[in-house]
Amino acid sequence: MTAYRIKGVSLLGAEPADLFVRDGMISGAVADAETVDADGLVALPGLVDLHTHLREPGREDAETVETGSRAAAVGGYTAVCAMANTSPVADTAGVVEQVWRLGREAGLVDVQPIGAVTVGLAGKQLAELGAMATSAAGVRIFSDDGHCVADPRLMRRALEYVKAFDGIIAQHAEEPRLTEGAQMHEGEVSTRLGLTGWPAVAEEAIIARDVLLAEHVGSRLHVCHVSTAGSVEVLRHAKARGVRVTAEVTPHHLLLTDELATSYDPVFKVNPPLRTAADVAALRQALIDGVIDIVATDHAPHAVEDKECEWAYARPGMVGLETALPVVLSVLGEQWELIAERMSRTPARIAGLTGHGTDLAVGTPANLTLVDPSARRVVDPAGLTSRSRNTPYAGTTLPGRIVATFLRGEPTVLDGKAVK
Amino acid sequence: MIKHLRSAADLDAATATLILDTAGEMATLAGREVKKLPTLRGRTVVNLFYEDSTRTRISFEAAAKRLSADVINFSAKGSSVSKGESLKDTALTLQAMGADAVVIRHPASGAPHRLASWVDGSVVNAGDGTHEHPTQALLDAYTMRSRLGRIDGLNVAIVGDVLHSRVARSNVLLLATLGAKVTLVGPPTLIPVDIVAAMAGGPKVSYDLDSVLPDADVVMMLRVQTERMQDSYFPSAREYSRRYGLDVPRMRKLPSHAIVMHPGPMNRGMEIAPEVADSSRSTIVEQVANGVSARMAVLYLLLGGKA
Amino acid sequence: MAYPRADTHDDALPGKTILSGSDLQRVVDRIAHQILEKTSGATGTVLLGIPTRGVPLARRLAARIHAFEGIDIPIGSLDITLYRDDLRLHATRALGKTELPGDGIDGRRVILVDDVLFSGRTVRAALDALNDVGRPSSVQLAVLVDRGHRELPIRADYVGKNIPTSQAESVRVSLTEIDGGPDEVRLTGGAS
Repeated sequence: MTAYRIKGVSLLGAEPADLFVRDGMISGAVADAETVDADGLVALPGLVDLHTHLREPGREDAETVETGSRAAAVGGYTAVCAMANTSPVADTAGVVEQVWRLGREAGLVDVQPIGAVTVGLAGKQLAELGAMATSAAGVRIFSDDGHCVADPRLMRRALEYVKAFDGIIAQHAEEPRLTEGAQMHEGEVSTRLGLTGWPAVAEEAIIARDVLLAEHVGSRLHVCHVSTAGSVEVLRHAKARGVRVTAEVTPHHLLLTDELATSYDPVFKVNPPLRTAADVAALRQALIDGVIDIVATDHAPHAVEDKECEWAYARPGMVGLETALPVVLSVLGEQWELIAERMSRTPARIAGLTGHGTDLAVGTPANLTLVDPSARRVVDPAGLTSRSRNTPYAGTTLPGRIVATFLRGEPTVLDGKAVK
Repeated sequence: MIKHLRSAADLDAATATLILDTAGEMATLAGREVKKLPTLRGRTVVNLFYEDSTRTRISFEAAAKRLSADVINFSAKGSSVSKGESLKDTALTLQAMGADAVVIRHPASGAPHRLASWVDGSVVNAGDGTHEHPTQALLDAYTMRSRLGRIDGLNVAIVGDVLHSRVARSNVLLLATLGAKVTLVGPPTLIPVDIVAAMAGGPKVSYDLDSVLPDADVVMMLRVQTERMQDSYFPSAREYSRRYGLDVPRMRKLPSHAIVMHPGPMNRGMEIAPEVADSSRSTIVEQVANGVSARMAVLYLLLGGKA
Repeated sequence: MAYPRADTHDDALPGKTILSGSDLQRVVDRIAHQILEKTSGATGTVLLGIPTRGVPLARRLAARIHAFEGIDIPIGSLDITLYRDDLRLHATRALGKTELPGDGIDGRRVILVDDVLFSGRTVRAALDALNDVGRPSSVQLAVLVDRGHRELPIRADYVGKNIPTSQAESVRVSLTEIDGGPDEVRLTGGAS
């Protein structure tokens, strides 16, 4: 294996120094190392995404494990958790192992499959959670994401059942009866646009129920893509009571608001929907306070025809892997410690990915990314690495450029481009 | 001049007034032997209808034909599930056919906005989902002005299923632009959230029809679909009618000059009693006639000049 | 080409006065007399002004005819905007009023009244418009100013003043009823 000397890099904003990588690990000085000039760059532990849709199997026209892995690497990620709503659904050991194997073959990031909670995401019957947990994929997080596990009894059973193998239920919090036909956040803008509203309470009610259930049965709960100020209050309350709950927020919910729907361009259609400026402010504060533990992309690639249509007929979702760090930088500024905590260490800990989110100390796995914080970039959909183009940031100038990413000591990205 | 009419919010007071004045001139045509003008000769207007709406389609068709435009009716009814050709592909087809204007009726809110981004011609919204129906608001405003002589300062009550009504949204916006004071009346379940803040002019909201009637110059009754009661928006047609229907005793509470409007089609006996619909206060038949004049005015102002 | 109307021209150059207020009054009087003479006392005659300035001119002619002979000649207006052949060359125009006298124009002698006769296209449009609103027994044309440069085989029956102009010049008619200020006809532009 080639050894690398990452020259003059600032580790999490510290004074520039040389960082050596050898045999997949951070090492002491190496004499014959290949030099990567990192003048002006900041090193972060490789980012970890707890919420990625890779679309394979089933919608390879929108994304594959390989193309999604490449987009992740270009975005500074070294590990992603692949959501289960594929076709077929990742509700058996066979499917999660297939995804896991495809990730290994691509070799660009560690792809950790998430298993479905219920068979076919139908919310009726538990999937074989234990079989997925003990499969080669070693599934630890289970989610019906895209659908809420709405039946309270089934949710209770799921939370209880996964305790046997230290699993987590990641809930897509959306009371389905309150969101029938919903198209966007329910409020002034939905009223003006005549689009059926997705009320904040539909999320908050499920989170409130689930934290109480998790407390009751002593289980771990993870809340996907928290989007409202009310949800933050419920989570704050639950955490104060000692409930074992973690929560994520997406980059787009930290930056964008429902006003964008005024164009009726479905590139801004996402589930949960973009909320108000007050919600955005509350989510930002919660991320800083730690009420929200992590940033997760909810990277949701879609084929062109699923977005170039009427708003109501478009599929919800946005690509996010390649813009997540720039968006977070624009929101939090250069708070490298905080960014490492929210985008690498904590998600790695929640997902149980022990080789990721480490401190880049000598002897730890060399999973890291190098960022040029002074660069500014105008987002061009055509320039994305992902197979899909549905970014809500087209034409937006964002700070920060991911220059290089290393997975276990091997570069997956150099000079901003994927190595393979 | 504006290029598209997607929303009543596309119209400022001067433009809206110009359309109403123009509609007044167009209306004189109805009394003539020759009901045709050469104005839009050689121009092509496509009626692109994704919903059955014979009334609206023939109104636009008559308007375009009276201005001598070539009219192509393109009925593209189909549900989102069994969608055939996409709206974008249809738009490109119309573009290739040289459509100068596309009049679109569509079950999805915002479809005219999407269409406008794909065609060079003008787009006229003939009703999109639960969003807007701006030419209906124009013909309603025209009707109010011809009956009452003005719009500025009028008290207009819009009664019924505001939540699902594109007519209500367009009327709220246009009437605010023209200086009327709008009160939305209906059961709370059928009044959209945050409507006062959402809409320009800040309409008032009331849940009590009887208290609104004595000050109303105009009462506009909205169609209420009985299916709504399966969704628990109200308990029964009977209770709805009792609380929000306009019957003869209620009509007597109106000032003597007040008019009763309805965009049609009516549910007689549900939101409006037959005696009220057929009374001299009712403008329902005039509204239909005025629809052609208002749409002629819109087509002339969108297409009658340099593109 | 576009046909400039007398009411849509460049104000930049002051130009020179062709008709003063009193000249204009005399010219209107003369046309009124000519109408009486040529129409045997204006029987069965209707004056239709073409908006904008043809309308007050028709009104003035009717008033003078009344003053001279005590006859009340029916007047009206005929907007030609929707019949123009140059709509696509300009931004959309607001419409003027079309108001026919109560007894209509069928079987009458209609005298169209306009301020300036130039290319003749306005009159062509007026003839089309007239055709759609009734069937007069005959149609005549009265104009305050004929500035030449006809593009169609059209001539006026009554002309207040012939003014030789270049294409680049424009003729500005100001009437108190429309323009507020004193009556006046000016020739502007065409500095060469």
